[in-house]
Amino acid sequence: MSTPETTAPRPRLRRYTATGEVYGVCAGLGVRLGIDPALLRIAFVVAATTGGLGFVLYGLAVIFVPRAPGQPEVPPGRDWRKLLGLVLLATAGLTLLGRLGVWWGEAMTWPVLLAGTGLAVLYGPGSPASGGLRDRLRGGVREGLRGSRLDRLRGRHDDDDEVPGEGAGRALIGGLLVLAAGLAFLQATGRLAATGRALGGILVVLVVLALVLGPWVVRLLRTLTAERRERIRSQERAEMAAHLHDSVLQTLTLIQRRADDPATVSTLARKQERELRGWLTGERPDAPADTVAAALRKAAESIEDQFAVTIDVVTVGDRPLDDRLVAVVAAAREAMLNAARFAGDEPISVFLDVTPKDVEVFVRDRGPGFDLDAVPADRHGVRESIIGRMARHGGEATVQPGPGVGTEIALRMGCPS
Amino acid sequence: MPVVSAAPRVRVLLVDDHALLRAGVRAEIAGAVDVVGEAGTVAEAVALIAVERPDVVLLDVHMPDGGGLAVLRGVAAQDPPVRFLALSVSDAAEDVIALIRAGARGYVTKAISGPDLVAAIRRVADGDAVFSPRLAGFVLDAFKDGDDGPESPAAVPVADPDAGADPDDQDFDRLTPREREVLRFIARGYMYKEVALRLGISAKTVETHVSAVLRKLQLSSRHELTRWANERQLLDE
Repeated sequence: MSTPETTAPRPRLRRYTATGEVYGVCAGLGVRLGIDPALLRIAFVVAATTGGLGFVLYGLAVIFVPRAPGQPEVPPGRDWRKLLGLVLLATAGLTLLGRLGVWWGEAMTWPVLLAGTGLAVLYGPGSPASGGLRDRLRGGVREGLRGSRLDRLRGRHDDDDEVPGEGAGRALIGGLLVLAAGLAFLQATGRLAATGRALGGILVVLVVLALVLGPWVVRLLRTLTAERRERIRSQERAEMAAHLHDSVLQTLTLIQRRADDPATVSTLARKQERELRGWLTGERPDAPADTVAAALRKAAESIEDQFAVTIDVVTVGDRPLDDRLVAVVAAAREAMLNAARFAGDEPISVFLDVTPKDVEVFVRDRGPGFDLDAVPADRHGVRESIIGRMARHGGEATVQPGPGVGTEIALRMGCPS
Repeated sequence: MPVVSAAPRVRVLLVDDHALLRAGVRAEIAGAVDVVGEAGTVAEAVALIAVERPDVVLLDVHMPDGGGLAVLRGVAAQDPPVRFLALSVSDAAEDVIALIRAGARGYVTKAISGPDLVAAIRRVADGDAVFSPRLAGFVLDAFKDGDDGPESPAAVPVADPDAGADPDDQDFDRLTPREREVLRFIARGYMYKEVALRLGISAKTVETHVSAVLRKLQLSSRHELTRWANERQLLDE
């Protein structure tokens, strides 16, 4: 059942359930071949009623030809009862034709009817072969909603667990119906052509097997898809493992070599810790910082690396960066820089508080402290880059000694919302 | 470590699945407190706590088989209260808040210095709360929308539809302006005594405020807190 591959830029063979009548096979073939699907439908009906080949071909096409993207599971508004009614009507019509001597025998009526019903049971909505669009949608949404990187790494994912018993029961009923159809067919053909009986028997058995096993074949294909997804996951896992291996091992080697230099060792360890944390929480280290909290953290990290200090950043709330907040982050960066120069070994505390009304940043060090008035006027560090910058953007900055030790620089920017 | 001292030393139990970390912490604090045992699993911890009855359990947040939360729940029924101090490398707000809500008296990161850790252990042994700047940030974040000021509609009592049943619930669902102020100072990196200095109150009063916040965190029924934690879990991606 291969799709003929042509070089012409024709659309691939897909089922178009939205415009189709039963499962969109004829509509799809029409698109593929550039023929009016109505002609194809007639051809299929003829093939179905003169020997049943049409049924088999159609059934196989439904199983193996994928739906075109965005197409629903079944044609919209299709009613199974209506379809069954149509089948019955068609059977009645054919029987009538047989009575009038136009058809090749009413012996085919029962096989066709049985096979149709069996197929409906096998492939109807809710059967293992149909999958159920709703379930799949729900699964997709669930997949999208949950699952951190860690979850994915641990392989935690509840994929659609179908109830096996129910599907098996349906398949049994459908299979029996189709089998009965085959037997009725054999009986009919046995009278027509005794020599073809053996051959026909094998063929029918094969067809029945294909129809009965079809759902499981489809399921197998689905399992393959699931496996592919798992492979993508494990690829991500491998990528992460490789990355961590590389950087962690390198850092450990560096630390051993520089064991006599505590400042470098702690800088390296801190850097590695940040990277690991970033990987575990799923944020890429090279991702652009587009919120004030992320930008502040990034600034703190770069200063940590530069000065071998520890900066503890605590943030409450967050909001997207704008011009004023970029200025706040730049001023905070200067404040951290200043603290890093004078803080010594003690960690620097940075606190960002974002409320609907304003954004505040506090940078506190435990260094010896300094007197703003004693700083020469030509030194731009604090006066220009922090106080001046904040004032230019409509905010304010204060520098005051911490209680007992150190210095605290407070930045405040009002945020009209 | 057979150090004999006149004053009763705090008896500490270490619970962490990493032996290396236990050894490191032990080395740092053994001079100042009695480390009476170490446990590497939840089951071991629960059993050891029952036998040793330590004053303070240093509890790792993340361990196999349910982590610190499982230990807290396992010993919840004991009579002389064992106090827990969460010690973790984890920055995940929901994990930390869950542990505090389950009864831990505080949270410090593993990066804390030895003397600071000893001070925190003593504070917990005395029944006080230990808020690291990070925990203060988490709590401020969790109580944020109700605390923007009395003019904010969320803070108006009648605005809360399910507050009617128990009026006391209301108080647990909000921080007082003073508590908020204290927490903000802690988040800014202030020691308790520095906060006291700034606010012109005694260090004991600061402790009282912090303990009150801890109580609120544990008793608060506001669903915002749960929702907040859930959102964080979802946004983890």
